[in-house]
Amino acid sequence: MAIKDLSEILQTHPFVNDLTEQHLQTLISCVTNVRFSEGTYIFHEGEEADKFYLIRAGRVALEIHAGKKGIIRVQTIGPGEVLGWSWLISPYRWHYDACVVEDVRALTFDGKCLRTKCETDHNFGYEMLKRFSQVLEQNLKATRMQLLDIYGS
Amino acid sequence: MVHNIDPMIPIPAHIRRVNWETEDTFTLLLEPECGNNNKFQFLPGQFNMLYAFGIGESAISISSDPFKKNTISHTIHRLGIVTNSLSQLKHGDTIGLRGPFGSGWPVENAKGMDVCIVAGGIGLAPLRPVIYSILRSRKKYRKIFLLYGARSPLDLLYRAELEQWGKFPDIHVLITADHGDSSWKGNVGVVTKLFSYIKLDGFRTTAMICGPEIMMKFTLQELQQYGVPPNQIFISMERNMKCGIGLCGHCQCGPKFVCKDGPVFPLPQVSHLLDKKEI
Ligand SMILES: Cc1cc2nc3c(=O)[nH]c(=O)nc-3n(C[C@H](O)[C@H](O)[C@H](O)COP(=O)(O)OP(=O)(O)OC[C@H]3O[C@@H](n4cnc5c(N)ncnc54)[C@H](O)[C@@H]3O)c2cc1C
Ligand code: FES
Repeated sequence: MAIKDLSEILQTHPFVNDLTEQHLQTLISCVTNVRFSEGTYIFHEGEEADKFYLIRAGRVALEIHAGKKGIIRVQTIGPGEVLGWSWLISPYRWHYDACVVEDVRALTFDGKCLRTKCETDHNFGYEMLKRFSQVLEQNLKATRMQLLDIYGS
Repeated sequence: MVHNIDPMIPIPAHIRRVNWETEDTFTLLLEPECGNNNKFQFLPGQFNMLYAFGIGESAISISSDPFKKNTISHTIHRLGIVTNSLSQLKHGDTIGLRGPFGSGWPVENAKGMDVCIVAGGIGLAPLRPVIYSILRSRKKYRKIFLLYGARSPLDLLYRAELEQWGKFPDIHVLITADHGDSSWKGNVGVVTKLFSYIKLDGFRTTAMICGPEIMMKFTLQELQQYGVPPNQIFISMERNMKCGIGLCGHCQCGPKFVCKDGPVFPLPQVSHLLDKKEI
């Protein structure tokens, strides 16, 4: 797909809201357009985390193998959301399996390429950190609410 | 309109069907013996006091279609003495019923607006009559959003109906469970997560929320972000009840009686009471 088309697609995703043109171009230099069919796994726990994904359509479930309890789905990620933050944080390993539960269209970014760019351009690095901190904060909030068992009272 | 000649004296209501919705929640289809040709009139959001003879009474919301007046249904979560006793009823058994009591959801005032219905767990039961009412006058409302969350896929109520409602044009039914196994292909996360998949026009939205108070608190934060004005947000409060008619003070919450002034309140009347036990 032409860079121009990818740029247009990328700009529709909330993750890049208010990103400067320069930082947008830096992101675009590491992007690929991808599709995954229902039932496939995008990554597995323990594998090297060298990418992240901006989901455009479909749904991905994060799974944990919980021994005798079997597979438990702990979170789903859908359109407008971000899949994967482990590419940014050492030791760069996935903590879950990511199973496609509804055909996915996404943009994927090469984590190694982006880490290098974050090191060389700290403004860009800070922008990435701010945006991924938000993803982490949302995940933390969601996990706390799940732990509170908000329908149980 | 209360169907009892004396609101403290129950009328007989006969069990016509018992449907188990989940492992611990069931729906009783009742035929109350009331005057008016046995037509039981109620507003969406109102509740009845159901009396298991010799055991006790519980406040339970009406969960059926307000336009079907010969029978009514109640969806009940088996918790303690009364609800356990109600769970053992069979076709042909009789219970006592007082009601309907309380205020209803603003189904009429919401005409011309987008409607955002947010339910958690058993909280979908009192909102089901709202959905039936809206479907009957669909053209009078703008977009409808139903956001519903439960602990697990097995705890979701009315699954067949949820699927049906989702097929109507311009009704966005979004469902989530706190966790699921590998057979669950829907959303996983708490109900507030579903707000990231919809676009609300805050000023033109009437929101109706029912669930445990902690869930309603988090939901209010999301609605605030969309700019839904507080007087367009309605919540259903639950407090322990006895008389159901504003006499005993059991359900008093500051200056309000949940049985008489509620259970459905506009947010500004009760926002300061969320999380407070009865006084
Ligand atoms: C206006 C209103 C509408 C309601 N609608 C429904 C409904 O549609 N379906 C339904 O299943 N329930 C509904 N409830 C809650 C229901 O009234 C109680 O769950 C029921 O009275 C419990 O009675 P019990 O004898 O079975 O339990 P109890 O033996 O009295 O109590 C068992 C346990 O449940 C707790 N409990 C008791 N009452 C409540 C309550 N109101 N909320 C939370 N925990 C409680 C007690 O603290 C105790 O821990 C409603 C309550 C109100 C006030
Ligand atoms: S239950 Fe008696 S005053 Fe409300």
